[in-house]
Amino acid sequence: MTREISTLLVANRGEIALRVMRTAKALGLRTVAVFSEADQDAPHVRFADQAVALGPSPAGESYLRADRVLEAAQESGADAIHPGYGFLSENAAFAQAVEAAGLIFVGPSAHAIDVMGDKARAKRAMLEAGVPCIPGYQGEDQSEETLRAQAQSIGFPLMVKAAAGGGGRGMRLVHEAAGLSDALGLAHSEAENAFGSGTLILERAIIQPRHVEVQVFADAQGNAIHLGERDCSVQRRHQKVIEEAPCPIMTEALRAEMGAAAVEAARAVDYRGVGTVEFLLDASGAFYFLEMNTRLQVEHPVTEAITGLDLVALQLRVAAGLPLGLSQSDVSLSGHSIEVRLYAEDPDNDFLPSTGPVALFHTPKAAGIRVDAGIETGGEVSPFYDPMVAKIIATGADREQARRRLVRALQSSALLGPRSNRDFLLDALQRPVFAAGEATTAFIAETYGEAGFQAQSPSFEAQALAASLFYCNRRGQAQAAALDLSDELLDWSSDGRLPSVFVLGEEGARVHLSPQRDGTLALTDGAEACAVIDVLSYGAFEARLSVNGTVHDCLFHHSDPATLHLSTAQQTYVFTERSLTSAADDVGGSGRITAPMHGRLVSIDVGVGDQVAQGQRLAVLEAMKMQHEILAPASGTVETIAAQADSQIAADDLILDITPAD
Amino acid sequence: MAHFKSRIAVNDPAFAQNRADMLALIEQLRALEERAVTASNRRLATFEKRGQLPPHERLERLLDPGMPFLRLHTLANYCMEDPDPETSLPGGSVILGIGFVAGVRCMIWGDDSGIRAGAGTAGGLRASLNIQEMALKLRLPVVHMVESAGANLMDYDVEWWANAGRMYNNFARLSAAGIPVISVLHGPSTAGGAYMPGMSDYVIGVKHNGMAALGGAALVKAATGEVSDDRELGGTEMHASVSGVIEYLAEDDAHGLSMARDLVRRLDWNARANPPRRRAFELPRYDSDELAGVVPIDYTVPYDVREVVARVVDGSDFEDFKPRYGASTVCLHADIMGRAVGIIGNNGPIDTQGANKAGQFFQLCDQANLPIIFLNNTTGFMVGKEYEQAGMVKHGSKMIQAVSNVRVPKITLYIGASFGAGNYAMGGYAYRPDMLFSWPNATTGVMAGQSAARTMSTVAEVRAERTGQPLDEAVLAEQEERIRALFTRQESAFFTSGRCLDHGVIDPRDTRKVLGFALDTVLEGRSRTLQPNSFGVARL
Repeated sequence: MTREISTLLVANRGEIALRVMRTAKALGLRTVAVFSEADQDAPHVRFADQAVALGPSPAGESYLRADRVLEAAQESGADAIHPGYGFLSENAAFAQAVEAAGLIFVGPSAHAIDVMGDKARAKRAMLEAGVPCIPGYQGEDQSEETLRAQAQSIGFPLMVKAAAGGGGRGMRLVHEAAGLSDALGLAHSEAENAFGSGTLILERAIIQPRHVEVQVFADAQGNAIHLGERDCSVQRRHQKVIEEAPCPIMTEALRAEMGAAAVEAARAVDYRGVGTVEFLLDASGAFYFLEMNTRLQVEHPVTEAITGLDLVALQLRVAAGLPLGLSQSDVSLSGHSIEVRLYAEDPDNDFLPSTGPVALFHTPKAAGIRVDAGIETGGEVSPFYDPMVAKIIATGADREQARRRLVRALQSSALLGPRSNRDFLLDALQRPVFAAGEATTAFIAETYGEAGFQAQSPSFEAQALAASLFYCNRRGQAQAAALDLSDELLDWSSDGRLPSVFVLGEEGARVHLSPQRDGTLALTDGAEACAVIDVLSYGAFEARLSVNGTVHDCLFHHSDPATLHLSTAQQTYVFTERSLTSAADDVGGSGRITAPMHGRLVSIDVGVGDQVAQGQRLAVLEAMKMQHEILAPASGTVETIAAQADSQIAADDLILDITPAD
Repeated sequence: MAHFKSRIAVNDPAFAQNRADMLALIEQLRALEERAVTASNRRLATFEKRGQLPPHERLERLLDPGMPFLRLHTLANYCMEDPDPETSLPGGSVILGIGFVAGVRCMIWGDDSGIRAGAGTAGGLRASLNIQEMALKLRLPVVHMVESAGANLMDYDVEWWANAGRMYNNFARLSAAGIPVISVLHGPSTAGGAYMPGMSDYVIGVKHNGMAALGGAALVKAATGEVSDDRELGGTEMHASVSGVIEYLAEDDAHGLSMARDLVRRLDWNARANPPRRRAFELPRYDSDELAGVVPIDYTVPYDVREVVARVVDGSDFEDFKPRYGASTVCLHADIMGRAVGIIGNNGPIDTQGANKAGQFFQLCDQANLPIIFLNNTTGFMVGKEYEQAGMVKHGSKMIQAVSNVRVPKITLYIGASFGAGNYAMGGYAYRPDMLFSWPNATTGVMAGQSAARTMSTVAEVRAERTGQPLDEAVLAEQEERIRALFTRQESAFFTSGRCLDHGVIDPRDTRKVLGFALDTVLEGRSRTLQPNSFGVARL
């Protein structure tokens, strides 16, 4: 039975809503967006043919409100709903409600979602279907005693996971029995908060495997094929960071074997549409079923790049009741594609989400480069949703070409305003282990260690660029404030020697710039001339400067006259210029404990008058569905508590005050 | 449109020679200026130890980066207190100029406390008085970075003390005229120096180092026997909370300068000026850089002043006024950075026709409210029977009268010779041009040393002939040499600029920029509405 789709409501936001609507529009469908208060001016709202408000900004009051989404579909006359990923995409009740309302759910059946959405049930189903699984416990008895006993029998290291989970939430790696209790507690509460169910499963942790997932495609008529695999081994805290297709170590035989297992998995739940079966692949070539994602994946573009297929178009085709339209032998893979996920997060602050106005979002247009972005310059990264704001995908004839293209593209990309993980992505892409295609899920931990990715302190060239950009900015501001000053008089003093001083960095290093008769700037750091800078072009956010003859392309933004966000091919920096700042202003080090980001304060674990030790947990903040522990920066006494547990708190709001011990 | 066609070939050996000569003079100028900076920087460690910024860096922090800065009187005091050109320290222990603070054109005055603790110098005083007068005339707010030991007691000079009083008098007049004076008190400023902040409209005092008192601890002990310390007597913390001498207390020098910038911004000074519209313009077709080569540094070698004008004015485009009449006096209309001006230059001495033409031209400029630019290269008015009988005195007087009484802005450049009454007629020092700058090759005086020496010899020869006494050739030669030396020493631009008989010596290649900047400054000032008051603002 085929059903016609003419109006598609996309029950999502950001890059995926845009991506789905692009295909829908290309297919001649009318598109309907939904949005929360925070997103009323978002790009996906403007791109859609129609947009319907769902409610307040928190996802729970908007994008997760199945009833509101259904009302929106009725209101707008949509005949199908595409859920994107996240939000309601793997909510069986929603899928059922959509169908019950006489609309098409662009995704699998509620049954498939239901089975695969419960890790324990899924695992039982897979074991039945003969799909290889990791040894573990997925029973319904959730008593701590049982979980402990099961853990002992599975052995350590062990993964504790939310049965209803995904995306790393509610997931804890436990190295030894001693850590089990804490992990169970935290995973339980995270799972409860994130998914509404605290049910946990236990699994043997496979050390240093690759994460390899197979894209499957099935229709309502019972046909199922696979579209090759993706290697998503590069993960930080179980969040995928870099994904590629094909897997660098894949062989035809293994692909056939894994593909067959994935197709079996899909058949076992009468899967319909596109889905992903995730496996862990160990060094011996053995693979274990991890979970099945019953939706379009974030990383689907790499599969599109090497298959030439439009996965959203395939989804819509099957949702309309049409058969696959292609057989396994029609699927051929060519070239190589790598995707990076650009997150708005602060590399200097433990990669916590970084939100706020987007001063600049810039990506290059280049051969083999695809950018799927949900943000734009002038927009905002909202604290309410996932910090993944864009995907940059590079495709080439082979892996190395794709990797080089991606490196080049990232080098000329910038997200300024909120901080981003761009530098980390660039660094990871250029590590020899990754370049050689040898990265496993242990890559990030092994490469960056306990401390994690550490940005390099600014190079001499970066300081020279920063000083020059401060110079140009302050010159521009002064000229704008002045009464009609001709450009011809800029960069000139009649004594031929007047420099300007810029104080960069915490150490207060002084950099002097003197405009020269030939139009260059001479940089000195006190005595000897040490660089010649030529400002070759200077625009609103792009500049090209040469430092001692080496040309640098810069993307930049001044959030205030003393703050420069600078992105070069090498690195992204935030420079503070202190030439007009009193040295006294730099005296910090107070015991003010403030919220690192917008979120809900789950608990405050200390009371007024308590003695706390450095590193002790003071409070737990939940933001972006992740629980963050707020630790004492130094030992001392809790003086005041300003915030309340179980309340919303804005970034930089005071939580409590500690008087440091001497 | 009348685009000038230059007759100068830049690949000519004469051009190369001129350029080499001029660049050597510019190098001398820069070396002299650097002498003061080097002297000041010898105290860098002391400033650092006290937590202070050195005076030159104070300027860097106060001014807007990349905005133009017209230094004034960089050679003040050169060969004045110390007559030895090899050791004399130019600058007068002050750093002066017109620059931008938060987009506002200001008169900047920094005490160079790196040199003898900023104690007053004869040349520094003249320069300071000059820039105060200029601020008053051009309506520029004054920002003064104060740290001065005051009168130099070791080389005390009663005249210096008497004249120094005029600085405070000027501050009072500026305040009454409606022109704010802002001081940042960076360091000790005692005795007369205490009136620097005292007479300012706004004082920002820097903690720990800023200090102002009529008498420091040493003087108080000597005068009254009272034992006290400098912080009690005049510390900024005390002045901010007890005496009320200062308005704002800054944590350190950088903070004080930042406060000064904020203060200037808050005055919204640019809201009350409306300079005339600038016309669209193009750069000169001949590069200003060639100015170093088009003029021979020896003023006795003639050249066409239009070659200079062509490298200064917009599009190298100008219109000659009465070119066939009094041809050696060149008058023309042109634009500089989109502003219409009248320009007068010399291709030789000023004859009766030239004086006549110039006087008329000045009056026409006055009628049309066009600023006049004087490019001095004249050995003076023509002498001789023919000229005297043609009324040279009368015509010259009329020209001087016109120069004196025109109401339009006058900007004078000494680009070669400027002798005798020719200097007066060409907007010289005594004729109070709004701004006056010299090229390093400029030569000024009552006449050339050679002429003076020859004149005196002729007088002696005539006397000898009349009295019949034999002429001692050796004595005469010695006299000629003495006169020539006397003149030569005083005629150089470096010497006269040391005496503050101009506002500074400039690099000829910067002529267009200096003139553009000067025109902007004068026209902006004239367009400004002030709110004068009778007595100046009192700190009650």
